[in-house]
Amino acid sequence: MSLWAVLAVNSITLGGLLFLLSAGFSLIFGLMKIPNLTHGSFFMLGAYFATSLIARGFNFWAAALVGGLLVAAFGGIIERLILRRLAGAELAQVLVTLGLSFMIADVCLMVWTGDPIRIDTPAGLRGATSLLGMGFPTYRLAISLIAVIFAAGLWALLDRTRLGAMIRAGVDDPAMARVVGIRVSRLFTVVFCLGAWLAGFAGVIGGPILSVYPGLDQEMLPLALVVVILGGSGSLLGSLVGSLIVGFLYNFGQAMFPELAYVVLFLPMLIVLVVRPQGLFGRQAL
Amino acid sequence: MRRLAAIVALAILATLPLWVSGTYYVNIASQVLFYAIFALGVNVLAGHAGLVTLGHAGLFGIAAYAAAKIMNAGYGHLSVATGALVVTLMAAGIFAVLALRGTGLGFVMITVALGQIVWGVAYRWISLTNGDNGITITGRPSPLGLSLTTPTRFYWATLIVFVVAVVSMAIFVASPFGASVRGTRDQPRRMNALGYHVWMIRFLAFLFSAFWSGVAGLLYLYYNQFVSPQAVALTASAEALLMVIAGGSATLLGPIAGAGLVVVMKNVASAYIERWNFVLGAIFVAIVVFMAEGLVPGVARLARRARGR
Repeated sequence: MSLWAVLAVNSITLGGLLFLLSAGFSLIFGLMKIPNLTHGSFFMLGAYFATSLIARGFNFWAAALVGGLLVAAFGGIIERLILRRLAGAELAQVLVTLGLSFMIADVCLMVWTGDPIRIDTPAGLRGATSLLGMGFPTYRLAISLIAVIFAAGLWALLDRTRLGAMIRAGVDDPAMARVVGIRVSRLFTVVFCLGAWLAGFAGVIGGPILSVYPGLDQEMLPLALVVVILGGSGSLLGSLVGSLIVGFLYNFGQAMFPELAYVVLFLPMLIVLVVRPQGLFGRQAL
Repeated sequence: MRRLAAIVALAILATLPLWVSGTYYVNIASQVLFYAIFALGVNVLAGHAGLVTLGHAGLFGIAAYAAAKIMNAGYGHLSVATGALVVTLMAAGIFAVLALRGTGLGFVMITVALGQIVWGVAYRWISLTNGDNGITITGRPSPLGLSLTTPTRFYWATLIVFVVAVVSMAIFVASPFGASVRGTRDQPRRMNALGYHVWMIRFLAFLFSAFWSGVAGLLYLYYNQFVSPQAVALTASAEALLMVIAGGSATLLGPIAGAGLVVVMKNVASAYIERWNFVLGAIFVAIVVFMAEGLVPGVARLARRARGR
């Protein structure tokens, strides 16, 4: 019985990480129509930056924030220098982001070598917390909590602030948003950096569980894709529900059908595509 | 003029093993040919139909894995080839039904996901695919009693398949079907209004594309006598797409030139630099940013301009 509880907690933890990763992906995709295939690389890059920062004496949380910021700055450069030139050319964006992800993966391999690097669980969150008479790893509970806080924060940002209103206007109708005086171009950079920051941050806080290794990017990217296809692009609620579904499917799938974990993961996505191509919470067709 | 050029090119290709010294280069030429077949197949979708696929290595790999499994079960060459292609086409039918739920970006995303499923099965379903270790076959088959074991003979066999592929592509491009495929790319609504079944045209284009990808996968298996999850990774799909885009999509020569460029770069570059993936990514970015139309149309444009002056 407690095996199921542990699996459930692991699923929620992975779901939380995936939410942080895919919320940015979904926003970028919904607002800018950019299929950002470097998003998995941002996740990995954040984690690698953090390992170097921690090795230089940073504390875990500072490393998570700064690592995320470095990734955000890097994302901003990519957006401004490369993606900006290709506005509207979706195919070109797919290819460029894919090309960039190969380059980033190779540079990471060069700098941080091929060995997996473990990020230590921050002090204070080690060990187990007992909940409902069962012991759960404290750090995993903490990640779930962080994800909930971020979900609430992002929702408040999008739904309650002026910036959020501008972003929503940009998602719905960029041309009209421009007409009423919103600088959609600057908005693009802000959202891209925000998405990159979330991905980088998720990479760092996922570090103690997943550790960092070459190929992490290619493992996370399809998961983010599935989340967005499941939940619908540009929808925060869609990302949240999609992440949890994927988190559960991945963990339970691996425990019950280890050889078919990937199939179990993608099957619901295919069903959703057939029944509801725009995703569970998406408004327009992909 | 054009016919003459084709005959000269064919003559050069056919006699290549005679004037190129060393089996190393003959082997590279064989690789160029079967990757060119793959790229031609991808080009049907990505170029002519405007449906960019990042999952075609999955189909390429399914053909290779199916052939390896059938061969290791002890069947003869004919059953291996037909069996593998039938399996590939059936998989392609499923892929197409799912992927054609979307167009544009939706299509790209779904093909990525489908390709990753195939990769996941190849990597994790160890009892079926032997996981990361891959499947080895013992010896190349000898169709019609001709042995393909020497590099030169394998090259010639590949060349014959390649010529059939190119001719089929030329017929496809000139045919009413080819025109309707391009019509669904440029004006799907008008095509629909004119009474064409847009979905069915795309579906058939997908199968045609998958067929040649499967043939290329089969040749890949014969060439390497080994297939592993690496053949179906996202990188492999991206490489195929790079061949098409780099050479020039929706042209006949483009994918062939692109395949030549990528295979030669890969073999030459990997001899000098370890960081092949970095180079691949950089070429990708450079081509998209600076020469979006591809090498063949780009060079043709420059040549026209030079002649005009």
